[in-house]
Amino acid sequence: MTDTNQDTQWPLWEVFVQPKSGRPYQHVGSLHATDAEHALQNARDVYSRRQEGVAIWIVPAEHIVASTPEDVGPFFDPANDKVYRHPTFYKIPKGVNVDVH
Amino acid sequence: MTYTDDKLKNAVREYTIRLADDRMILSQRLSELCGHGPILEEDIATTNTALDLLGQAKLYYEKAAELTNENTSADDLVFFRNEREFTNVQIVEQDNGDFAHTIFRQLLFDVYEILLYSDLVNSKDEDLKAIAAKAIKETKYHLRHSRDWMLKLGGGTEESHRRMKDAVDWFWSYSGELFYSDEVDELLINEGIAPDMSKKRDEYYKTVNKILEESELDEMDPDVWMQSGGRNGRHSESLGHILAAMQYLPRSMPDAKW
Repeated sequence: MTDTNQDTQWPLWEVFVQPKSGRPYQHVGSLHATDAEHALQNARDVYSRRQEGVAIWIVPAEHIVASTPEDVGPFFDPANDKVYRHPTFYKIPKGVNVDVH
Repeated sequence: MTYTDDKLKNAVREYTIRLADDRMILSQRLSELCGHGPILEEDIATTNTALDLLGQAKLYYEKAAELTNENTSADDLVFFRNEREFTNVQIVEQDNGDFAHTIFRQLLFDVYEILLYSDLVNSKDEDLKAIAAKAIKETKYHLRHSRDWMLKLGGGTEESHRRMKDAVDWFWSYSGELFYSDEVDELLINEGIAPDMSKKRDEYYKTVNKILEESELDEMDPDVWMQSGGRNGRHSESLGHILAAMQYLPRSMPDAKW
């Protein structure tokens, strides 16, 4: 790891858990670990104790590329007034299971 | 599972209590680290292991209580037996020491437990069989965790290597008792209820020595003097301290409820 780890802590990893087979992985939190296997074990211990999922992804936090707070305007505002981009004009048949994010 | 033959029933009871005591005492030891682990993640990992072992112990105690008489509960066996009545191997009662000690004690137990459960899943006793099938999954994870730490600490810094070596020296003489066998084991081995662990001893030490080698530590000789006595109720000083902490509340307030 590079010098992003300036305190005495081990490198930081981000944890993604897949709740069910076929479903998208969801970010559940982060943890410290010395290497990939260690991070996987810690993720299992910290984030899968209550049957949260069936699979885990671990990513070194420094490998995550993130937008900045300044990006909020140009990135997200343009979608504000374009309701036609949302599929809200369809009737959902009864019995169809839809996840609302 | 019911037994009509008294001798066999008592042997199964004794054997089940040994399984229970090993896990109960190790669980109690590990749970001392709750809130005191070296880092938060490890704190949770250690507590998870403690809880797994407690869950296994509970199942064994419930079975043992059933085989005792109808007035005995699992709690009675945990909280109202004295030191000499506990039949756990001495390794599980030893102090946590530093983290290297905690890890090596766990590794010695995990390797043994995998060998035990991989045969106990074929036991003719349906309860023991079912518990083993559930527990072996937990144990596989425990071993993965303790082995990984062996490699890290043994092959880590000069200090971590020295501490790991101290732990190996300290716990080595407690490993032999895991393969203790007496007439209880013999009877159950003949009945197809318990595995013959004496046949697994070579494999055990081969596995442990391989992990030592991978951890850049010296191989150890299995044929040296080993501690014994736990299975007959003879314990080191440490067990008394554990029981004092563990049994204090129910003994001072026997009818206390959560």
